Amino acid sequence: MPKELLRAENLTKYFPVTKGLLLMKTIGHVQAVDGINFTINEGETLGLVGESGCGKTTTSKLVLRLEEPTDGAIYLDGRDIKEFRGPELKDYRTQVQAVFQDPWSSLSPRMRVRDIVSEALVVNRDVTSRERDDRVEEVLNQVGLRKAQADLYPHEFSGGQRQRVAVASALASYPKLIILDEPVSALDVSIRAQVMNLLVDLQQQTGVAYLLVAHNLATVRYMAHQTAVMYLGQLVEYSPTEELYENPLHPYTKALFSAALPSHPDDEREEIVLQGEVPSPINPPSGCRFHPRCPFVMDRCSVEEPVQQDVGGGHLVSCHLY
Amino acid sequence: MAQGRSSGPCKVKERAIASNHGDTVLEVRDLHTYFFNRWGTTKAVDGVSFSLREGETLGIVGESGCGKTMTALSLLRLIPKPAARIVSGEIILDGENIVEKTDKEMRQIRGRKISMILQDPQTSLNPVFTIGNQLMEALGIHRKGDRKEMLGRAVDALRSVRVAAPERRMDDFPHQMSGGMKQRVIGAVAISCTPKVIIADEPTTALDVTIQLQYLQLLKEIQAETGLAIIFITHDFGIVARMCDRVAVMYAGRVVEDAGVRDLFNRPQHPYTQALMASVPQMERTDRLFAIDGQPPALYDLPEGCRFADRCQHAQDVCRREYPQTVQVQERHAASCWRLDPSWTEAALVGSGE
Repeated sequence: MPKELLRAENLTKYFPVTKGLLLMKTIGHVQAVDGINFTINEGETLGLVGESGCGKTTTSKLVLRLEEPTDGAIYLDGRDIKEFRGPELKDYRTQVQAVFQDPWSSLSPRMRVRDIVSEALVVNRDVTSRERDDRVEEVLNQVGLRKAQADLYPHEFSGGQRQRVAVASALASYPKLIILDEPVSALDVSIRAQVMNLLVDLQQQTGVAYLLVAHNLATVRYMAHQTAVMYLGQLVEYSPTEELYENPLHPYTKALFSAALPSHPDDEREEIVLQGEVPSPINPPSGCRFHPRCPFVMDRCSVEEPVQQDVGGGHLVSCHLY
Repeated sequence: MAQGRSSGPCKVKERAIASNHGDTVLEVRDLHTYFFNRWGTTKAVDGVSFSLREGETLGIVGESGCGKTMTALSLLRLIPKPAARIVSGEIILDGENIVEKTDKEMRQIRGRKISMILQDPQTSLNPVFTIGNQLMEALGIHRKGDRKEMLGRAVDALRSVRVAAPERRMDDFPHQMSGGMKQRVIGAVAISCTPKVIIADEPTTALDVTIQLQYLQLLKEIQAETGLAIIFITHDFGIVARMCDRVAVMYAGRVVEDAGVRDLFNRPQHPYTQALMASVPQMERTDRLFAIDGQPPALYDLPEGCRFADRCQHAQDVCRREYPQTVQVQERHAASCWRLDPSWTEAALVGSGE
């Protein structure tokens, strides 16, 4: 039984929408994340899938403690991360790291790779310069770069290599969890496979857990153990990846899967073309948030909010059909 | 719970790949577009040939920096001047060689015969003009008419890309629209003067998956109505499988393989095509991905021989010495690789004997 590393309970983040300059009035809330629950086990990957604006990035910011939740809490090893102060917070920052989408903007152009990679270590832990250099060499090796490249600047690397530097810098402080925010979508097709294989290998070697935020379903299938599908700030379906891809239940998940492009021209599949676009999270639809676009909509969907149910094998779905 | 899956008003995709395509509308013969600067010559497009028939969709697939976009811009004669120049080759559009046209003549051709949809809908519309204004600008260059008539035409163009309530949308500014809607407006501008060929340069990369599917379906519908020929520039084999009739795979400025879409997926011939397909994660598979080592060569410093040789598993001496001939594998399926050359088996024996 894998051990639980991080747990989010009823995690909620509302951003106020204000009007006026001096006498600011709150006229509404963007319900970016609205009461989601998930668990990440040690050494495993949770994939978070959804369209832009569904709250994936806000969720990862909450986990990184870059945003404070409006309600709910996140527990790392059973301890509420909100409580962390001072040295404990520093420790948390070394344990949870991130790799972002675009390695052209996530690496400082004025720092050498050695400084980029060791930054989290130097800031949050007391290390001698010897220890630092050893660790930099070790992680550069792990991501497939050479020791000599530590003295170079980011512009001297290609896109795939830059992303390797970003992975190395996340890895340097011995994290337990790395948040991967679209880690390959800015890379070239022939380079993507290199980086994805690297991430999978690193997980096997170091036992680090990943929170993988992505919109490419095939990427998530390849890397994630558990997959959560988000729509307008809520989790509509949450299941072990294998089970979810073989048996998607929620109409939104089905539509999302059918919208994924075929891998062969003779690949016949049902194509569910959703009408319209994602509604605004400021005034989300009543009842089930997906009901205005749902092909299976019933009367009660617009009135009653569906309750999350377990349909077996840890496969959770929020829909009135089940 | 099985009920829900089997009984839904799901639309089954119409899979009619048109086989009765019309005449050739565009033919590109041995096109070379080079950049000249003080450090030397960058061969962005280095001998590209393909042809396109009415109602056909050609996919141009390749990595960034392989010359896909420069090929497209050459077809519109919109390459950055004076740094870049079409050095040689012919572009026969609707019976005329547009390489020889003057800039003034080109202005009559762009939009009316060939047109383009760009990748990013946020930047290809002007933020300070209304949608209606920008549509009428495109129409006004080619057709004279009074304002009322033009307004009607612009509304029709918006309607043709399935924008709901087009009359009301005319006075909207781009920031009032969503990404998918903006991309539709750009589509409307592109087809407003009924061109024969439209170039779509990664039109859906900036869109969400469900919106991407809507947009791809829209393009197919417009094509079925008007017999438009589409050139789809992409790096996504999924889009190729969904949309294209023919595919040209580009690598470092050259087309390495050119085939019908089924032939390409069933029998890829060039090692680059094979490797690229194996490295794409698929929904149905979870086994380890094949990764292509290394990087594509820099276009200002191209090797003598095959440009893929350094990353190729099968490469031998001959590959590094000389660029391979284009071999016709079967009808309308060509690839440039030494492995397809009749002399290859001998070379392979010599190679393995060493």
